[in-house]
Amino acid sequence: MNRIKKKFDLLKSHNEKALITFITAGDPDIKTTADMIFAMENGGADIVEIGIPYSDPLADGPVIQNSSARSLKKGTKIKDIMNCVKDVRSKSDIPLAFLAYYNSIFKYGIERFISESLMAGIDGFIIPDLPIEEREELSLKLRGTDISLIPLVAPTSKERIKRIVEIADTFVYCVSLNGVTGMRERISTDLKTYMETVKQFTPLPRALGFGISNPSIVKDVKDLCEGVVVGSAIVDLISKSRDDQKVKEFVKEMKGALLDENKG
Amino acid sequence: MNGRFGKFGGQYVPETLMNALTDLEEEFEKAMSDKSFMDEYRYYLKEYSGRPTPLYFAENLTKALGGAKIYLKREDLNHTGAHKINNVIGQVLLAKRMGKKRIIAETGAGQHGVATATVAAKFGLECEIFMGREDIQRQSLNVFKMKLLGANVRSVESGTGTLKDAINEAIRDWVTNVDTTFYVMGSVVGPHPYPTIVRDFQRVIGDETKAQILEKEGRYPDYVVACVGGGSNSMGIFFPFIEEKEVSLIGVEAGGKGIESGKHAATFQGGSIGVIHGMMTYVLQDDEGQILPVYSISAGLDYPGVGPEHAYLKESGRAKYVYATDEESVEAFMMLSKLEGIIPALESAHAIAYAAKIAPSMEKDKIIVVNLSGRGDKDIDIMSKIMRVEL
Repeated sequence: MNRIKKKFDLLKSHNEKALITFITAGDPDIKTTADMIFAMENGGADIVEIGIPYSDPLADGPVIQNSSARSLKKGTKIKDIMNCVKDVRSKSDIPLAFLAYYNSIFKYGIERFISESLMAGIDGFIIPDLPIEEREELSLKLRGTDISLIPLVAPTSKERIKRIVEIADTFVYCVSLNGVTGMRERISTDLKTYMETVKQFTPLPRALGFGISNPSIVKDVKDLCEGVVVGSAIVDLISKSRDDQKVKEFVKEMKGALLDENKG
Repeated sequence: MNGRFGKFGGQYVPETLMNALTDLEEEFEKAMSDKSFMDEYRYYLKEYSGRPTPLYFAENLTKALGGAKIYLKREDLNHTGAHKINNVIGQVLLAKRMGKKRIIAETGAGQHGVATATVAAKFGLECEIFMGREDIQRQSLNVFKMKLLGANVRSVESGTGTLKDAINEAIRDWVTNVDTTFYVMGSVVGPHPYPTIVRDFQRVIGDETKAQILEKEGRYPDYVVACVGGGSNSMGIFFPFIEEKEVSLIGVEAGGKGIESGKHAATFQGGSIGVIHGMMTYVLQDDEGQILPVYSISAGLDYPGVGPEHAYLKESGRAKYVYATDEESVEAFMMLSKLEGIIPALESAHAIAYAAKIAPSMEKDKIIVVNLSGRGDKDIDIMSKIMRVEL
């Protein structure tokens, strides 16, 4: 069974929610990426998203843009990232998903990218610039493999939600706001209505991402979803300290906020 | 509406924008078949921008080159000095029709930014222009104009600080303010329906050219030559000629310091199929799809992708794509200035350069139409440096 699916099933049986953390592969270097994935796992991350650095990440705000640029400057290649995933997979069963822009996969060769990802032990793909209209080719090629194509819905999706979630088989990534990735003080979207609408169309877990950068936001949104995605806040922390203990502590704090039952 | 030109085009953008693109497509289709909308569009083209622009027989240039007759489609005579305003008038009227109060646009050389700021001022819309840090430096005159017109010019620091990064940043702004904002795309690029919208608002160049050349020569030209960055002026003049098979269509890309040097923006030389700015097209990229830094003396051609319909015309063989280097274009810039008293934009000088290359060996009864897409005032700084003249 797909590791992401297995993880959500397990969390559900414990009445828990998923903490999904993000890291840009190769920033500050690929060796640190593996260390940080373990640090996040030790801090309580349930699923890790590994960002394939891209020159033109148009769904990302400055934190992840800059992180991608640093990684590329360092010379990070897809082969290095696959090796890093293999290395992590040899020591851990934590579910891993690639966050990649479509051109990275397309230019590399869709089949080649899928087969190398499978060999490395990747469980899911999240592609921020591949709406329903463009996803058929990739979706067909992933069918029958153990890699889940994780679809994104947005607050503007409305009547599109039904079609978007049709192919989902692990979870649905719910973009929390109109905008790009990045840290926010608060999220002003009417999340309640939005998340309920998504629920009408899928029984699968809903993970909320974009702007979730501190424990207080996690506490605000956790009852509306089955998981949260934390990206820029972690990337920012890594860029400032490179200290895996600090990353572990931060992840632990976010996980704590997610578990916190009684206090708002 | 079909969102593809063969396999090119499409909508590779974040989900947040998809409904906005659908709304835009629907509204565009309605507007194009709405007589009052088209009348208003044509009214402003005529009364505000000064269309139709002349198709001018460049007699001195023709004589000096000693071959085919050269005609210039004088898009430089539009209000704001380039073809860009044709499209901006159309899109701003569309924005008004959709009830949007704020418009955004990207700009490379600044021509699209100035045109957008101009039309925004005219219609009282809030206007924000995204421009790469590098381009702000090399096109300071246009930056000043945009500010004078009341636009807010946002310097884009990310990536290479040029046109492609300005488009990325404009798309990011649009994702953030999608409910209130209309993105006025400046070229035949981006996600569907933009390549079609921009083409349909630029085809007036080709429609006029067809009628004008028939009147002057009684036949269509042998060649239509235009420069290609994203490709809006070239698509505008090519489109009505596509069905006239005897007319050769030639797009001239920016060869920079030469293709071998790697410092160029000639997407069809060394580019490969990929995705950029929401469209599948030819892109200058590495083996892993990272977009490569491009270079051209002209900021307006300094773009690593190309409109998807151009990719289609290239693959189908209907149009041919060549390039002119910086050096050839600078030479053409000076030649046209001296021979005809017309100072062309450095972008347009690329098309002149290629025409000057093929004209001499052609029969004297052959006809070349060159789209003179803009005027060169904005390039005076760069040219004075090249010519080592202190201003």
